[in-house]
Formats: sequence, C-alpha cells, structure tokens
Amino acid sequence: MSERSTPFRQRAAAALDDTFLRQALTIATTKFIDLRREAFDEFPEGEALRDRARAIKEATLQRLDHYLEELIDNVERRGGHVHYADTAADARRIILDIAKRTGARLAVKSKSMATEEIELNEALLEAGVTPVETDLGEYIIQLAHEKPSHIIAPAIHKTKGQVAELFARELKREVAADPEELTRIARAELRDKFLKADLGITGANFAVADTGTVVLVTNEGNGRMVTSLPRVHVAVMGVEKVVPSMSDLVVFLAILAKSATGQKLSSYTTLVQGPRRPGELEGAEEFHLVLLDNGRVKQIGGTLREALSCLRCGACLNVCPVYRQIGGHAYGYTYPGPIGILLTAMQHGNAAVKDLAHASSLCGACVDACPVRIDIPRMLIELRNENVQHAVAPRGERVIFRLFARLLTLPRLYRLAAPLGRLAQRPFTRAGAIRSLPGLFGEWTRTRDLPPVAQRTFTERWADLEREQW
Amino acid sequence: MTGPVRASLMVTCLGDLFYPEVGVRIVRLLRRLGVTTDFPAGQTCCGLPLFNSGYRAEAAEVARRTVPLFRDSQYVIVPSGSCAWMIKHEYPGLLTDPALRAEAESLAARTYELSQFLVKVLGRTRFRSAIPGRLTYHDSCHLRRGLGESESPRTILRNLEGAELVELPGSDECCGFGGSFAVRLPEVSTSILDKKLANVEATGARCLVACDAGCLMQMSGRLSRRHSPIRAVHLAEVLDTEAG
Repeated sequence: MSERSTPFRQRAAAALDDTFLRQALTIATTKFIDLRREAFDEFPEGEALRDRARAIKEATLQRLDHYLEELIDNVERRGGHVHYADTAADARRIILDIAKRTGARLAVKSKSMATEEIELNEALLEAGVTPVETDLGEYIIQLAHEKPSHIIAPAIHKTKGQVAELFARELKREVAADPEELTRIARAELRDKFLKADLGITGANFAVADTGTVVLVTNEGNGRMVTSLPRVHVAVMGVEKVVPSMSDLVVFLAILAKSATGQKLSSYTTLVQGPRRPGELEGAEEFHLVLLDNGRVKQIGGTLREALSCLRCGACLNVCPVYRQIGGHAYGYTYPGPIGILLTAMQHGNAAVKDLAHASSLCGACVDACPVRIDIPRMLIELRNENVQHAVAPRGERVIFRLFARLLTLPRLYRLAAPLGRLAQRPFTRAGAIRSLPGLFGEWTRTRDLPPVAQRTFTERWADLEREQW
Repeated sequence: MTGPVRASLMVTCLGDLFYPEVGVRIVRLLRRLGVTTDFPAGQTCCGLPLFNSGYRAEAAEVARRTVPLFRDSQYVIVPSGSCAWMIKHEYPGLLTDPALRAEAESLAARTYELSQFLVKVLGRTRFRSAIPGRLTYHDSCHLRRGLGESESPRTILRNLEGAELVELPGSDECCGFGGSFAVRLPEVSTSILDKKLANVEATGARCLVACDAGCLMQMSGRLSRRHSPIRAVHLAEVLDTEAG
C-alpha cells in the first residue's frame, strides 16, 4: 500500500516495478475493456440510453433538494430512518450510534465505496464492532489488510496465486490457486458470519425518490444476505445517487453493468424498501439510510459538477493508460483512476490533487468509456488551472510556464530560440540525436532521445521555399 | 468554388523547430495539388502546452495574438491533430471579447489537420508512397477523440501506391506523450510508450505513421534510443510530393 507521504511520482514508479501488479492489471483491464465493448456492440440502443442517462442525472442535479426530500419522505413513510451526514466524520458517528444503540457486535458488509470513503471499518473496530467484508474482492483485501485498488474490482491488483497464498496464511490451510476453490472457501467462511451478524451495512447504487427504494447492483448474492439476514440494515449513499423514478432507474440499469463488467445486467439487482413489514418473511427489522454529502453538494455549482453524474462503474479506470500501468493504490486515496482524481479533489480539496491532477495524458479514453460521458480531461485541466491561480502549483513551474508564455507572444524574441537552442545543444548532440540533457529535459532523455533543433527551421527555410519554382 | 484554393500553413512550434521537413513537404505537396500556399509571419505556438498545464490566461493571450495572423486565410492547415484541436476546440472559449471570439470561431471553422484537408476539402485520396513497404498508423488522441477523425488518414494510407497499411493493435491507445506529462511522470509515460511500441513491433511494419508531432517525438525518441529499425514518420513524409 502506497503511503501518501511519498510523492506521487515515486509511488507510481514503485508500482511500475511490481511485476505481479502489472501482470494482474493487464489481464483484468484488458478483459473488462473487451467485455464492455462486446456488450455495447450487441446493444445498439446503448448510445442513446447513455445520453438519456446523462440527461436524467443533469435534471436530477438541477433539483437535488427536491428529490432528496421526496426520497426521505418515502423512506420514512415505509418505516425507515434517514440521516444526513455533512462530512465523513458525521457519517461515522451516525453509524456508530446505530451500532451502539442496537448492541451490534458483528457487522457484515456488502461492497461499498461510500463506506471506504468514510473509513468506516476502522471506526467500527475501534468501537468494538467487528466488520466483515462479504464481497469476495473486499474479503480478500480485508484479509490482506489493504484498501481497494479499483472501484468495482477491489482486489484487481492481486493474482490468483497471491490470493491462494493469502488464504493459506490467514486461514491456516492448504489452498490451490483455483478461483472456484478460493470462492468456495470464502463462501464457507462467510456463511457463519451472515448468520451471526446483527448489523448489515451496504452502499447504494441508486435510490428511487418517488418510491423510497434503495437499489444495490451486485454479482455474488452477498448483498441480498447482508440486507435480509441481520436485524439492522444501514445503507450509506452519496446524495447524488438519487434518481427520480423507477423508469429512470431502468435506464441506468441498462448501461451500468455493461459498462462495468460487460454483463447485460448484474446477477442481482436488490431493491430495498424500508424495514420488514408484518407478514414478510425476510428483511431487516430496522432500516437506516445515511445520505452522505462530504463535498458533493457544493460542487453542484462548482468546477466538478459533471463528476456528480458518476455511476462508479470503473470503466474509466480500465481504459486509462495511467491506471493500467500503476493500478489504484499509487493514487493514494479511496477513489483511484481518472474519476478518482476528481472525487479526491471534491472530498479533500484541490491541494490534495496538486500532483494527481497531472496523472493523466488527457488522452480522453475515459470520456468514451464513461456511460454518462463525463468529460474528465476538461475537469482535470480546470483543477490544474485552479491550482495555478491559487499558487498551489510549484513556484518554479509557474515561473517557467509564464516565461514560456511571454516568449510565445513575442515572435521576434521567439525566433531567437532556434539559434540559441542550436548553440546550447551542441555538446549534447551525437549522430543527429540528443541522448542526455541536464535538468528538466533530463526527464525526457532518461528514456528517450530528443531530436536536435533543426539546422534550419521551417521559418528560416520559408524565404527559399517561397521563391521555389512550382 | 471560384479561383484556386488558398491555404495557410500553421507549422506549429515542434514542426518549426524539430520537423521543418514536414512543413516543407506539405507546402510542396499542396502546391502540386494546385493549392496556393502561404506561411503567415509571426507564428509561434498554439498555446496548447500552456492550456493543458492549467495556464489558461496565458493560453488566452497566445490565442489572442494568433487568431488575427490567419484573418485572410481561406484554409489553415495544421500538421498536428493536437494543435488543430486547440484552435478548433478551445480558442473560441478562451477569448471573451465578442469580436475576437467571433474571429476565433471563424478560424476554427477554416482550420484543418492535414489529412482532413486532403480528403475532406480537396477530395484527394490517392498518393504515391515515398516510403515503400508495410506501414502502420497510430491514432493521435486529439485527432481521433478530440476532432473525431480516424478515417481521413486511413483513407490516404489504404490507397497509398507502393505501400501496404496494416492496422496497429490498440491504435487508439495513447502513446504516453501528453505534453508536460511526458516529463512530469517520465516513468509512467515511458511505460505506456513501451506498450505502444510492442504493438507496433507486432505488426512487422518498419514505418509507423502519425499525424501529430508530439506523438512522433515521443515514439521516435524511444525507437531511436533502442536503435530500432522502425521509423516513426509524419503522414507528410510518406506522401510523394513529386507525383502520384
């Protein structure tokens, strides 16, 4: 796990040296990319639905307060309790209060990035409640005392061989590096926890305002166990995840799994409507919905507004050339990849992404993959711009760029760059290439040759060219 | 259309300093095709490096003085997709003065990346190859995704007499250049680049064509460092300027 105290560049370079990580990332992201492409190739309506989904998100953000009030009313009408958390600390306190009041000792969790964001597991442990992750990927990284490195595939950084070694060590038994056997072992371990747990904690992919329904999209069935077996169910959800109606929900369900895993639909779509009612056979006796702001609401009118449409499908991570090389941990925060940089800025402020905002070549692959076409590169540039304006960007960099900018607006001075460059490059040029340079340019020549400034630039050749017969 | 087509070359900073031959070939090619070609004085750089690094106000200054240089141009030809994108996609938004903005919008509409101009404006798709043999094509991100252009370069390369185009696996994946990204995170940039070059090697082509000086600097820099027999060249370098 990367420590944030190490500069991002070093964390990234360390990740590049991890052969297992690179191997695991290549296999998994390539598979995700292919599956996603196939899913949309077979679904011609997909493109129009992506636009429709984006329009619904935009319209919902326009009246977020209205839809949240409607959601709260409807959840309460069905006997559920709704809590509003301004910050991660508020959310932790709300959940710990529920745990304490209900005397909970063991909590089973289904996969939730929102609970990762508020660092709930650490808080639960401190309060004497044992959290058990029941999603296979989350279970693996909990055993390994790590954090998720991908939004939907938390253990994407591990090979099956590494998982087998981990299981053998932690569960003290012989384990083969066979995904089916590993799943069987986890299932047996978890079954007992499901039955004993007194608290079930989930995230939420959506919440439907006009029915008060919380929606979970999962693949392993563990989400259904978490919402139905324990006495108390707490769902934690970013406020932007509310959708107006069931017919809106259908639009998102049609594109979410395709974008994430290439499935037409996920194996399970769980709809929770308040606590168990008289006569019902399953469901929690007590249901709580925690609505999490944590920097989101102020972005409705902010630079990162578009990022509030994110469905957390992870498609932008899979196609990002940077993520595919370094994985999620190097980013150093809960949400990795291109969208993660924006969410980190949202939750921790612009200074937190001083370096991360540059962890992108701005290639735009993320925009194409995003089910709601979020223009991530545009917002990365905005963040860079804000960091320049507020002097968060390093002073040296600002001086260099501003001198460069001056040069570009003074053509007569600019024309001196070529002769000066030719003079300066003379000691470094061998056989028509520059192989080593000092300072910032050395970052280029460390791995790549640089072409020398031409003996005659185009500008210098133009007078001859103009006279040429043609 | 009445009278000969008139085009102005925006050579770009990298084109001017490092790849003047590309500009020279474009001028000769366009003249052979009957296009009156000029080179408006006072050009520097489009300002994309400033814009992408967050120096928006500074990039706007560059836009403000670049836009009027091409006021009289019927068409503006740019040899790099990224610089063409900057002008077409970002210049109008950078300029707040209504008159300047209108002028930037007009410039945006008249600006073409080279392959687009050849195919979409001139309707020329058949050329003779200056570099015979098997070649492959890398999609620059700003050309393909920014300007939505993947067909014009391929149309030219597919029809190229004396050459055979083989598709590059993952041709639309970034080469790892990304402007200052290449020196801010050189290790990551190189790692992305090596993946790209492994795909290039798998095609068996000795010639890698691109329509962006940034990508070319990145890819040829690594090929040269590795003493690879593969050459990364600009589209203009594979088009015979004399005949075809």
